[in-house]
Amino acid sequence: MNGTENVAKAPPSSQGNGGRWLWLLPPFLLLAAIVGWLFATDQFANLSRGAPPIENLTIERSVLEDGRMSFLVRAGGSEAMAIAQVQVDAAYWQFVQDPMGTLERGQTAWISIPYPWVLGESHTVKFVTNTGATFEAVIAAAVPTPTATAGQLRSQTLIGAVVGILPVTVGLMFYPALRNVGRQGMTFLLALTVGLLAFLFVDTLEAAFELAGAAAALFQGPVLVLSAAAAGFLCLTAIGRRSGTPQGAALAFYIALGIGLHNFGEGLAIGAAFATGLAGLGTFLVVGFAVHNITEGIGIAAPILKVRPPLRTFVALALIAGGPAVLGIWIGSMAFSPQWAALFLGIGAGAILQVILEVSLYLVRSSLSGASVLISPVSLSGFFSGMIFMYVTAAAVKI
Amino acid sequence: MLRSWFRFDPGRRRFFSLVAAAVGGAAWAAGNASGQTSHGDHAQQETPPTNAASAIMGDHQIAHGGMITVGEVDNARNGFDPDALLTDWDGGIVEILPDGMTLRTFEVEVEDKEIEIAPGVFFPAWTYNGRVPGPSLRAKEGERLRIIFRNFGSHQHSMHFHGIHAARMDGVPGAGMVEPGGEFVYEFDAKPFGCHLYHCHAFPLTRHMHKGMYGAFIIDPDPALHPEHEEVARSRLLGTPENAKWQEMMMVMNGFDTNFDGENEFYAANTIAHCYAKKPIRVSRNMPVRIYLINVTEFDPINSFHLHANFFDYFDQGTTLTPTLKTVDLIMQCQAQRGILEFHFRDHEPGLYMFHAHQSELAELGWMGMFDVVEDVT
Repeated sequence: MNGTENVAKAPPSSQGNGGRWLWLLPPFLLLAAIVGWLFATDQFANLSRGAPPIENLTIERSVLEDGRMSFLVRAGGSEAMAIAQVQVDAAYWQFVQDPMGTLERGQTAWISIPYPWVLGESHTVKFVTNTGATFEAVIAAAVPTPTATAGQLRSQTLIGAVVGILPVTVGLMFYPALRNVGRQGMTFLLALTVGLLAFLFVDTLEAAFELAGAAAALFQGPVLVLSAAAAGFLCLTAIGRRSGTPQGAALAFYIALGIGLHNFGEGLAIGAAFATGLAGLGTFLVVGFAVHNITEGIGIAAPILKVRPPLRTFVALALIAGGPAVLGIWIGSMAFSPQWAALFLGIGAGAILQVILEVSLYLVRSSLSGASVLISPVSLSGFFSGMIFMYVTAAAVKI
Repeated sequence: MLRSWFRFDPGRRRFFSLVAAAVGGAAWAAGNASGQTSHGDHAQQETPPTNAASAIMGDHQIAHGGMITVGEVDNARNGFDPDALLTDWDGGIVEILPDGMTLRTFEVEVEDKEIEIAPGVFFPAWTYNGRVPGPSLRAKEGERLRIIFRNFGSHQHSMHFHGIHAARMDGVPGAGMVEPGGEFVYEFDAKPFGCHLYHCHAFPLTRHMHKGMYGAFIIDPDPALHPEHEEVARSRLLGTPENAKWQEMMMVMNGFDTNFDGENEFYAANTIAHCYAKKPIRVSRNMPVRIYLINVTEFDPINSFHLHANFFDYFDQGTTLTPTLKTVDLIMQCQAQRGILEFHFRDHEPGLYMFHAHQSELAELGWMGMFDVVEDVT
């Protein structure tokens, strides 16, 4: 509402700029007057018709400690609500709410229940509100919430490295072998990169929507995700295009960044599944993720096959693309609220889309046949190879 | 591929589907600058929590170990107190008719009323005389009964008595069904003696029952009519010296489905979840106990009553003067089944003796209480 340049030409009666600002008053005054009148006279009283208020409660985080469960809940009803009682596995238990009292719309509180939960077993917690409505939180398999101990961090870092950094490194090690590919081979590799990025885009977006669905309604999950994706896309475009169109090492860094954002999400998911006891993350699954991610290294290597970057560039690329998996597992195994993860994965999806665009443009620029290279048999086979490889290896880690 | 890893919902039936978010460490949360409630206080709560507004202390806290509703119900606002309900017999107004027969007249009014059924939980009830369960109507075998029934509720209602009466007095559609604002007078003789009930018989019956439209209807035996068990009959007849030697109480086992999903969220004896756990019923060791127990629980096939550390005699539906079950510590009742329990704590040391439904779930959702056995109730 601040673009004065959009304000119509100031009428002659106004005195310079000050007068221009004065003209912003009437619309606000009108709005304030009408809203004030509506509240004062309660025009809509007859619309309630005795219906109870709509209530909603979102459970954003849960923490299990020895002999205690705690939940971060967020109220999201049409009016303030109160949590009157709490059931655990169909029994009423004493609990402590912090802060106490009624929860205003959008307000959060911690509900802490002393409860002898059973390791590895499922518990259902039911929050009963003052109107008797119930909201459920399910602990799929109870395990203590990880705390940041040295041993915990070490094993999580190892998993993150195996899932993120190792496969990218392995993929980048194909660099010398790939250097001698001809023009067709190059086209194939770049199209393969586009294919795997397309898979990652869909995957990231889907995860973002899933998390958005778990977030409180007032965060408007889907809109949040798509807006974040648009912002991610535009910001990365703006940054990337400051010095012309990216190619070579710059493009490789873009691909690494997009993949890194996705791997952060992957880490988040693994860490979260780990922490909620949902997944016994066996060696097989970790290895499955690693194999699944090997193509990412090949994709990153594609734009720099014709340049000879120093070794530290490769190290940086591997860390940018794979490192976020470590970070994601750390954060995912600790508490996070779904709306933040959804926002982040939305940005990630937008960034990946931007990288897809850049790689495609690079492919067009570096070919003799212009845009038609995108639908050449080599491109299509590369694209589908990337997608199919990701799809097939993902099947191994599907739960 | 990521999506399945974010799935925390085993897909159970739920009122509103909720997905518990991933769990986190208090240490990390304390430093989490997301503008949410600080986790710091939570991390420091090392003592067993008690709601500041309702710290329940003393021996009976140990008995439930934290597995109990939090807080207290405002009985004054409800307009009835579960403690008082135990012995609040409604004898109506008695007059002698010209033919020598005793006429007992009761007045019952229906009122829509929001009641607090557990601390902080409000239920939009339909009530007889503003209370759930409704008034405990008590008469003597053979008396003429007249129940003046007025419906100030928002739906049609009736009183259907479990007893013997004419079809016209049955409280079903076409026989004493009363529209909002209307009135009907039920008239019949009190028989058979026993522990009975009345409830609304408007349709849908389920909704009318579970909204709170039920109450005790107790007919004491006339000792003159039962010479073979005159002593027993006299002990049952309210107002006699023999009856005064008994500690009598009325319990209606009921439940409330607060989210209207066909399953009760709260169970109780006399409406208020856990009321007799938080305030145990004081009984004297030196006097026998008689409970008029009535089950009106909706949505569950049966309810039950189990007494700890003791056994009782049971009179199914109260229509006999000798026990129908001897020396049991558990009885089951389906909806509208009821009976009389007789026991004593003569040989027990004073202390807290639990009683509850022995479907654990019903007990843990509110239907449990305790007798505080003392030398003499003052």
